[in-house]
Amino acid sequence: MARKLLLEHINVPGIHTLDVYRQKGGYRAVEKALKTLTPDEVVEEVKKSGLRGRGGAGFPTGMKWSFLAKPEGVARYLVCNADESEPGTFKDRYLMTHIPHALIEGMIVASYALGAKTSYIYVRGEMMPQIRILERAIAEAKSAGFLGKNILGSGYDLELYVQPGGGAYICGEETALLESLEGKRGNPRIKPPFPAIAGLYGCPTVVNNVESIAAVVPIINDGGDEYMKIGIGRSTGTKLISASGNLVRPGVYEIELGLPVEEFIYSDEYCGGIANGKRLKATVAGGSSVPVLPANLTLKLANGEPRLMSYESLSEGGFATGTMMGSGGFIAFDEDQCMVRNTWNFARFYHHESCGQCSPCREGTGWMEKVLHRIEYGHGKMSDIDLLVDVAKKIEGNTICPLGDAAAWPVASAIRHFRDEFEWHVREPLKSLETNYGIAKYAEPIAKPEVTTEN
Amino acid sequence: MSEKVKVTIDGITVEVEPGTSILNAARQIGGDIVPPAMCYYSKLAGSGGKCRTCIVKVSKGSEKDPRPMPKLVASCRTTVMDGMEVQNITSPEVLEARSGVVEMLLINHPLDCPVCDQAGECDLQNLGYEHGLQKTRYEFERRTFERIDIGDKIQLHMNRCILCYRCVFTADQITNKRVHGILNRGDHSEISTYIQTAVDNDFSGNVIDVCPVGALTDKTFRFKNRVWFTKPIDAHRDCPTCSGKVTLWYKGEDVLRVTARKDIYGEVEEFICNTCRFDKKKTADWTIEHPTHISDASVIASNHYETMIPLPVIQEDLRLQQANKVELEKTAKF
Repeated sequence: MARKLLLEHINVPGIHTLDVYRQKGGYRAVEKALKTLTPDEVVEEVKKSGLRGRGGAGFPTGMKWSFLAKPEGVARYLVCNADESEPGTFKDRYLMTHIPHALIEGMIVASYALGAKTSYIYVRGEMMPQIRILERAIAEAKSAGFLGKNILGSGYDLELYVQPGGGAYICGEETALLESLEGKRGNPRIKPPFPAIAGLYGCPTVVNNVESIAAVVPIINDGGDEYMKIGIGRSTGTKLISASGNLVRPGVYEIELGLPVEEFIYSDEYCGGIANGKRLKATVAGGSSVPVLPANLTLKLANGEPRLMSYESLSEGGFATGTMMGSGGFIAFDEDQCMVRNTWNFARFYHHESCGQCSPCREGTGWMEKVLHRIEYGHGKMSDIDLLVDVAKKIEGNTICPLGDAAAWPVASAIRHFRDEFEWHVREPLKSLETNYGIAKYAEPIAKPEVTTEN
Repeated sequence: MSEKVKVTIDGITVEVEPGTSILNAARQIGGDIVPPAMCYYSKLAGSGGKCRTCIVKVSKGSEKDPRPMPKLVASCRTTVMDGMEVQNITSPEVLEARSGVVEMLLINHPLDCPVCDQAGECDLQNLGYEHGLQKTRYEFERRTFERIDIGDKIQLHMNRCILCYRCVFTADQITNKRVHGILNRGDHSEISTYIQTAVDNDFSGNVIDVCPVGALTDKTFRFKNRVWFTKPIDAHRDCPTCSGKVTLWYKGEDVLRVTARKDIYGEVEEFICNTCRFDKKKTADWTIEHPTHISDASVIASNHYETMIPLPVIQEDLRLQQANKVELEKTAKF
């Protein structure tokens, strides 16, 4: 049984209340940090732990904290990004629903470390129940003296607010989130300046994902060194994975980073294999915006070694044969799923969610969606496939925020790995409406010699 | 004065003030290496970064940190560092990406330049001419909107808009109240006044000048004439609200339109008020200065007074002078 840090007590009845959470050792980290550690020591501890941002980019959290500008007389803010809207990712919602105090405890410790007197949790507008849960939990924490003036007699003041968003995917991008929090249209800002220099209301700001902040609690409790022992290489600690798709047991799992992907999919401790006795055709390993991989490349690296659930191993091989950890939204597709339809579905999402600020993303996402719709519904042309690759290439890297890349990667990777399925859709328009292309060669082991000559 | 920084753009080195953007450094050099800008407007704080036509490649970050930047950057919003090396037209990668951006800008833009009022002085038209494809690869219906009159003098045609946000910044920064903005999201976002309020402000007419395309047009000039048939003349008047320095656009004896004076990058020199722009359309209202200088590259110049100086080849050849006698006498009259 692997170690659980965040979801250890998830099944304890009433863990969402302050009393039960405290019985299970909750708010120890607040007491330890505020009474025995200086803010810089907390930052040092997080740095030592090697914790990497859990929102998608995987930037080391401790580094991010140490980059925060600290000019005299200017307020600093900590903003928690709970605008979880990536298709396939639902770990933050799960965490906030069941153990809201883990997030609040993390927020208090992190705010203390950064010297923020006011902190915000920006929650996606659709998550109204979670907003109410968090507000109730904040009220509990406040009446117990963990929030407000002079917390635990340490002289440190903190106010924590929950801000509902309007439900836009783009507001999960940190600068768009800050714009939205300020009450403006949620358009990403042009960087630099980065939020660490000029963020919310022009003040230095740190924006962290829910899971990153919650992970600070075990780091402070057990120490950064202890946390670093879990995991593999530069991917330390545990990670929440939202598993969905054609799995026997989809859901949120806490894994130790470095777990083989094969074990994650097929072991009974985790997803329990592919549902209905089908075979795995493809996976999206980290939420809709990361490249999609066929089954063979999901389980094994190009050189035949098993692929692990870690930042490095998932991205092994670059975009040619790898993918990314992303936010941990693991979607599995069985042999009956149509990759063209799935790609169209993702493209439709990005078309709908593009903010419309910069031209390649605004126009390109809609274009890709229309072309994919045409292919899926039997009106495609062979030239459309190359057109899609070209459009994706022209969006990627040319936009203000990463949404353009996120829209381009699924399309580009689907065509890279499943080109014959796209071609089949164009060649057999009627047949493709009735039947599926099936698993083809996507689960067959990759021919090894081909790869070794490349190296 | 702080120390100047050195930046090399396409092999040409220039010294500029620290904090200058790559685009402005390139403008100090001038010529072909200046990246095109559809959304950046030097007079409007915060503009730029959106259209992505000005993207360039930074092949060397600075003297201290010579690593190249990983992605192409928007030159209008990237500040220069000492020793920075930038590639614009010398980089095929930049040109390809730029033509990609132009293609994106044009897929939903109507290709009806022959009936568009902006034709002849349209930034997008110039850009498309230089970087665009010969034929569109977009085979779907373009998005369309109804024309909206925002106030009695300005018409908005969203079909043509490229969402550069310039008019939003203009309304924010030079009028005392902004009543229009961007509604909706993604490729269905539009400039609008929400419940069709009239944009009514002494300086609201400037949104027409800053619009790089034909989305915002002057209703007092709409469909009156093609710009290349009109002759621009610089003029001024004593105006209590603005500087009163304008360009009058003549057709024969009539002033068809009044605009602010624009520099070679299409940016206005000084914003003018609505009275000057819409109400003063008689020569008697103005003190005429001289014909406006129009770049030879512009289609407007083809019909311009300034170009009527006989070409050097004619000046030297007696036979050619005889053949062009009538034309030359006309020039002499001016």
